[in-house]
Formats: sequence, structure tokens, C-alpha cells
Amino acid sequence: MATATVGDERIARTSTLTKIMKRPEVGALAAAIVIFVFFAVTTDAFATASGASTWLRQASTIGIMAVAVALLMIGGEFDLSAGAITGFSGLVVGVLTTEYGVNIWAAIFVSLALCILIGAINGILVMRTGLPSFIVTLGTFFVLQGIDLAGTKSLIGQVAIQGMSNVPYYDQAKKLFGSSLDINGSAPGGAIYASVFWWIGLTAIATWVLLRTRTGNWIFAVGGQQTAARQIGVPVFKTKVGLFMTTAGAGWLVGMLLLFTTSTVQSNTGVGQEFIYIICAVVGGCLMTGGYGSAIGAALGALIYGMVSQGIVYSGWDNNWLKAFLGVMLLGAVLLNEWVRKRAETAR
Amino acid sequence: MIGMSSKSKTSSETVETTSRPAERGTAVIEVRDIGKRYGNIIALSDVSTSVRAGEVTCVLGDNGAGKSTFIKILAGAHEHSDGELLIDGTALSLSSPRAALELGIATVYQDLAVVPLMPVWRNFFLGSEITKGAGPLRKLDVEAMKRISKAELAAMGIDLRDVEQPIGTLSGGERQCVAIARAVYFGARVLILDEPTAALGVKQSGVVLKYIAKARDRGLGVVFITHNPHHAYPVGDRFMLLRRGKSMGDFPKSEMTLEELTAMMAGGAELESLAHELEKEMGADSEVAQAMKAEVK
Repeated sequence: MATATVGDERIARTSTLTKIMKRPEVGALAAAIVIFVFFAVTTDAFATASGASTWLRQASTIGIMAVAVALLMIGGEFDLSAGAITGFSGLVVGVLTTEYGVNIWAAIFVSLALCILIGAINGILVMRTGLPSFIVTLGTFFVLQGIDLAGTKSLIGQVAIQGMSNVPYYDQAKKLFGSSLDINGSAPGGAIYASVFWWIGLTAIATWVLLRTRTGNWIFAVGGQQTAARQIGVPVFKTKVGLFMTTAGAGWLVGMLLLFTTSTVQSNTGVGQEFIYIICAVVGGCLMTGGYGSAIGAALGALIYGMVSQGIVYSGWDNNWLKAFLGVMLLGAVLLNEWVRKRAETAR
Repeated sequence: MIGMSSKSKTSSETVETTSRPAERGTAVIEVRDIGKRYGNIIALSDVSTSVRAGEVTCVLGDNGAGKSTFIKILAGAHEHSDGELLIDGTALSLSSPRAALELGIATVYQDLAVVPLMPVWRNFFLGSEITKGAGPLRKLDVEAMKRISKAELAAMGIDLRDVEQPIGTLSGGERQCVAIARAVYFGARVLILDEPTAALGVKQSGVVLKYIAKARDRGLGVVFITHNPHHAYPVGDRFMLLRRGKSMGDFPKSEMTLEELTAMMAGGAELESLAHELEKEMGADSEVAQAMKAEVK
């Protein structure tokens, strides 16, 4: 015990830079900087307040989901229903308030409860059946997609919510989810939307949980080596179901942000986005196999997505190039992550 | 496998090993004619031995001899169906691994229960993390955990440069030792090691045997399961041999030489008859038969 010291003369003092270089999100950070500089130099609108306002807003809703999906992926699971649930949560509020006159706050809480329940069902199904989460959540994805379309149509006769802004107390909820902060003075554009603050806040909380709490330790453990985690007394079931519920809860939040920013929601909202969340998480350093990754990385992945999708528009290119870009980013990131993992797992 | 007192170990870092091992030589676990039946299948019968503080009890047997059934009874994974299990002199039955842990019986399984990508210190405290602060701000006491894991590993003779490195970067033997050190720190009085040397090379096995001796010297009772008499003999104080679910006897080291142990393990008489049979089948000058004969002699 007497020899207990934290430092050790055999390891050279590692500089802060070296420490940063070892973090999983460093690749995403470098890519984000390069992409920012590229579009800032090649286009006029990109680095202006109104330009930034647009791509930040786009990055924020994707980012909230990407951070939640990153936690889930670190925990070793996927959630393909994460996109569809963002539409579902908004539709629940929209239908309940515009069609049935339910109080807006009550509708918001009903929607939250339903989303959390769906997350719990996802988690419990995965844990109880032992099926891959890819399959289970693919199932819930289709179920939700069906409910979003057919359910909405049969209840209100159309596939988009209308008249949302006439609902009593709409302004209250809009303040929380859909307002914006003007930082550009009287000039047009340049507003920072509420979603951006939610995004930053959630990323900070997720990072804290991952690195500085017991729960975070358990998330890494259940994703890294589930049997070992169970043997050693980590509550595997609780941790994983909690992660699915967190992802669904994030889906609810994004649904609210979209609904109250645009004052409408459509039946197909969020469909097809689920893979973008996964791509952002992977670009941010998450391993496909679980047990490794970062919340900040996923947020940076979403930032890259937002910047590129808007930068392509400002450059006047065909915006379908975004898809090709995402594919290249994904492959590059997976290769980089695999290399990092191999280095971490083999003896030095 | 750990975490018995994790609830009481919250804010302070004065967490210390909860129970000190009993006085050297006193029996912590005694089994008397213990047996296990699964329906009409008798997996284990009439096994007697003891585990004493500061001593190593080796359980030897070939594949399928009943070693795993035996340790499952001690580890609390299965309850025994015949005979008596005495812990600290009281007859009882272990209903769960947690119950075994609470009595200070910790099992280190072959697959080690470590998460390769996580740092050594996080692995060391996994499931029993030390925290500080309260409410939503309760956070890991990273400094304390790093310091304690480094010190505990040093006490077991494992000198790591950096507890921040992923445990996957350690060798198999070192990982085995981290698992042992962890069990010791979290209050184990009896360590059950399930074939800790099975997957290791000669040198690595030597390292693990050294730590087994170290744990014994710290006053722990060790149950060392192996099928290799050459690993068992140097560290063992007592040898219990199993074959086909039955005990072939429980011997203190003083009554046993390595040669006898090896012969018993290999199944002495049985092996001899096998050699004869091979000779008949394949001819006296067949290489296999020759080798077999030489082995028996």
C-alpha cells in the first residue's frame, strides 16, 4: 500500500494533446474542422450568421438522436425505430390537440409516456428473446410507420397535422421547444433555435453520464462484454432497457422540437433518418460492435451532417451528393474505428 | 461476482477489504459426502474435502469428471442434493452466487469476466464502483479507484505502468491476476479458480501459479481446479481427485508425491490395460503402443 502513487516514473508525462489524440471523437473533430473551413472558403453564405443558423438547426435534431443512438450503440444495440418515433411523438400531440381538444401539455406528456413505453417494449423484447436488436427494432419501425400513416389517416382523414398554432397554450409549448434566439440584431436570419440548446445540453449530460457515473461504466460494460458484465453483478437488463427508453425519449424530444418549430408534422416524418443517426454515431467513433464510443463524437458527427447538407446547397451542387458523401464518411469511419479498436485490444 | 457490499461502499474512499481471512489452517469450507443429481442422472457423489484459510485445495480430474459440478455447488450456482456443505462449521446450502459472495466465496471463471476495451481500473471496480457526491451529481471517484486498483495490483505483485490502459492489452496471465486481485480486494476469504491455467502457455501459467501462492500467503483459502498435476502439485496443500463423478480420495500433500498424483490422474491401471489393448490391435511394434507403454512405465 505504501507504494501507492498515481503517477509512475516509467511513463513519460503525457501532454494534453496526446490525451486528446486518444479520444474516440478526435477523427470527427478533425473532419468537422476541415469541412467547416472548406465551405467557409468556397461559399459566401456558409460562414454567415444566417448560414450557420440553418446548418446548426439541421444538425441539432439529428444530433440529439445521434447522441442517444450513440449511447445505445456503446451499450451494444441498435434502434431502427429511432427515426419513425420522432414522427410518431409529434403526431400523437397533433392528433390529440387538434382533433380531440386535449390540453396541449397533457398531450405532450401522453406522447412522452407512449414513446418511453415503446422504448421499453423494444428493450424488453430484445433482452427476453435474445434476438438481435436490429431485427426487433426493424419490426417496431414498420409498426410505427404503419401507425403513423394509417392511424393518422383514419383519425383525422389526412396525413399532416394542420391548425396546430390555433391550439390553446400553443405559445407556451413553442417557447420551450420551438422558439429561437436572435443573435444577429435586426438583420434577417441568424437565429439560434431552441433545438440547438437542447442538443448541446443533452450532449453534455450524456458525456457526463458516460464518463463519470456508474451507469456510464455499465453502458460500456454491457456493450463490451455482456456475459462478463452479468457475472460481475452489472444489472444488464436494466441498463439495456434504460438505453432503449432513452433513445425513444430522445425521439419524443425531437418530435416536439420539429412540431413546435414548424407547427406541423407529417406522417412520414423521421422515416429513413434512423441510418443517419447510426452514421453520425459511427463517424463520432462508436464501434458497430459496441463497448466503445463517445457522445461528443456523435454530436460532432451530426454537426458534420448538418454542415455538409447545407454546404452542398450553398455550393449549388445537386443535393443528392449528400448521400454519396455519407456513404464515404461511414466507410472511412468504420475502418478508422476498427483500427483504433485493434490497437486498444492487443498487447503493446 | 463482486459487489456484495457495494451499497455500503458509497461516498467514502476508506473502503477496505471488508472481512479479513480467518486464522491460517482453520477450515472455511468443509464438504462431506456431497453429491448432485439432475433427475436420475448422478453428476457427482460422495465427495469430501476441505478448504482451509491459507491453504490451496486442488481439485483434479479429467474432462467430464465432475469438476464443474463441484465448483458450481461451492460457487452457489447449483445447490447440492446429497451430503453436507459446511461453511465456518455451519451446514447450509448456497442458493445463489450472491449468497456465496456474501459468505466471502468468490469465483474467478475461465472467461475471466473482464471487458477488454475498458481500462484496468474500470474493470477492477466494475459493478462496485466508488462514488462521491449525492443525488444526480453522484459521480465516480476516479482518483480513488485508480489509486486503489494500482495499489491492490501491486500488493499481488502485478506492477502496472498505467491502470488507464485497456485490460485487453494485458496478457492472459495478467488478466487472470487482475480478476484474482479484484476478488481479494472485495472481501473474498475463499477463491475458486476455474482452470486458470488451461488456456495459458508455460510461462504465463507460472505467473498465475505465483499469484495463487500469493493469495494463499495473504491467508485466503484457494480452490484450484485443474487437470494438470504439474500445475497443482507445486502450489497445492491438499488434492482431491475426481473421476466420473466420484471422488478418488482427498489427500494432504504429505501423503502424495507428484508421481503418484500424475499416475492417479492418468488413471494408472486403466491406462495400462489400454496400452495392452493397443498392442494387441496394432501390433507390438506400433509406435502408438510403444509410446503408450513407455508412458505407463
